[in-house]
Amino acid sequence: MTVILEMRSLSAGYGTRNVLDNVNFKVFENDFIGVIGPNGGGKTTLLKVILGVLKPTGGELIMGDGIDKSTIGYLPQISTGDNSFPLSVLDVVLSGLMIHKSPGTRFSADEKRRAGDLLEELGLKEYSRSQLKELSGGQLQRVFLARAIIGNPRLLLLDEPGSFVDTAFEKSFHDKLKELNGKMTILMVSHDIGTISAHVKSFACVNGSLHYHPSSEITNEQLRAYRCPIQLITHGEVPHTVLKNH
Amino acid sequence: MDILGYDFMTNALLGALFAAITAGLAGTYIVSRRMVFLGGGITHASFGGIGIGYFFGFNPIVGASLFGVASALCVEYLSVRQKIREDSAIGILWALGMATGIIFIYLTPGYAPDLMGYLFGSLLTISTGDIVALGVLSLVLISYFTVFYRTLMYISYDETYARTYSSSVSIFKYITTALVALAVVLNIRMAGIILVLSLLTIPPNIAMIFTSSYLKIIIGSIIVGFAGTVTGLVISYFINIPTGATIVFVLALIWIISKLLRGWVEKRW
Repeated sequence: MTVILEMRSLSAGYGTRNVLDNVNFKVFENDFIGVIGPNGGGKTTLLKVILGVLKPTGGELIMGDGIDKSTIGYLPQISTGDNSFPLSVLDVVLSGLMIHKSPGTRFSADEKRRAGDLLEELGLKEYSRSQLKELSGGQLQRVFLARAIIGNPRLLLLDEPGSFVDTAFEKSFHDKLKELNGKMTILMVSHDIGTISAHVKSFACVNGSLHYHPSSEITNEQLRAYRCPIQLITHGEVPHTVLKNH
Repeated sequence: MDILGYDFMTNALLGALFAAITAGLAGTYIVSRRMVFLGGGITHASFGGIGIGYFFGFNPIVGASLFGVASALCVEYLSVRQKIREDSAIGILWALGMATGIIFIYLTPGYAPDLMGYLFGSLLTISTGDIVALGVLSLVLISYFTVFYRTLMYISYDETYARTYSSSVSIFKYITTALVALAVVLNIRMAGIILVLSLLTIPPNIAMIFTSSYLKIIIGSIIVGFAGTVTGLVISYFINIPTGATIVFVLALIWIISKLLRGWVEKRW
């Protein structure tokens, strides 16, 4: 299996405080990894290091062949943008192509069509000319997914994509991720294993350190051993429903 | 009566055109990024440069430009690198610039000529030098915004995301902030330190009532800014009241009428 990303004894953090400490982790091509762990445990930090916006304080981050910033797509946890900014939905999706552009270049008609097609696939065709402030949280999340995948990345990073997805679209959102996983490797941060366990192929438990669990089945005992203090409750047909410790 | 027959009127019209272009571009940038308060800070901090210009005997606008650009870059730097809250940094530099200006004007022997022009604006006495400076800045801003339109728009919309694909976000921010500061300072000639901010903020706000496309807001601000300035100029000329204040008054009036009109149209349709 091709390794597309590898961390060797990697540490990273803010100021003098290391959030991630001595992480050894390999990401294999076409894996779908659910990144779980407590708040402040380093899930988002892990994504920032992969994106290159945070430099490791120690160790190494090795990108596989042909993997660099331009082949990574990213869906942030919350929109860090100003949703009342005068910008259309289509423009936001197109901004996902900026990584392939030098400042000052323009988008071709073909690229604009691709953005439109993507919005149609995600059920947002009629909103392409709308402003972001006219959209619901779930619709915004889909716009940002479109922005993340328009450049056909080889690695897709999703930070808590479930947090805003409306129930009406949740199933198709996850189906879409499954379809995307056929073309790209996915690393998805979530605190809600309940919704993701049906889709992921493996887990990464992040709590300062990182433990890779190469299966989508995970038990309470394993979570404890990995120092991921989340409680897993199983009922009937749903294989795993997970609640946080109170 | 041909008011265009006077040289000062032709100068004032050219000044109004370049002011509308620079204020429209810089104004759309600061309004959409919610940086209006920074604009106020730049304006007032630049008063320090005006005072120093008087004291050392060089063109106060040169001093104001240096002070304005330096304080704007300082705010960007302090808030990003030194973790000082942006609004506090602006508040400090705002007052520091004003204090510096007051002290140096007080220390300047004799009468400070045209001080009122800097405080309240004096479009009718605008010099050829001012027009050339505004004209050059108009060209620079138009080229800069045309070439880097999407880059600037995307950084303004979501800086954090822009940093994930570009390593030149900070450079673009510093360059744009410096250009905005220059636009603010050079427009002081039009409406004065006290009123100049409205030249930058009212036109984009009028345009935003009718459109939500970034490009159309820029174009709309330039047109509205020019129309409002010329109208204000003509009114002030005929009834002999201060030009800067009249321009701002006209622009504010257009804004109110546009707001009401929009509300009325929405109700009706």
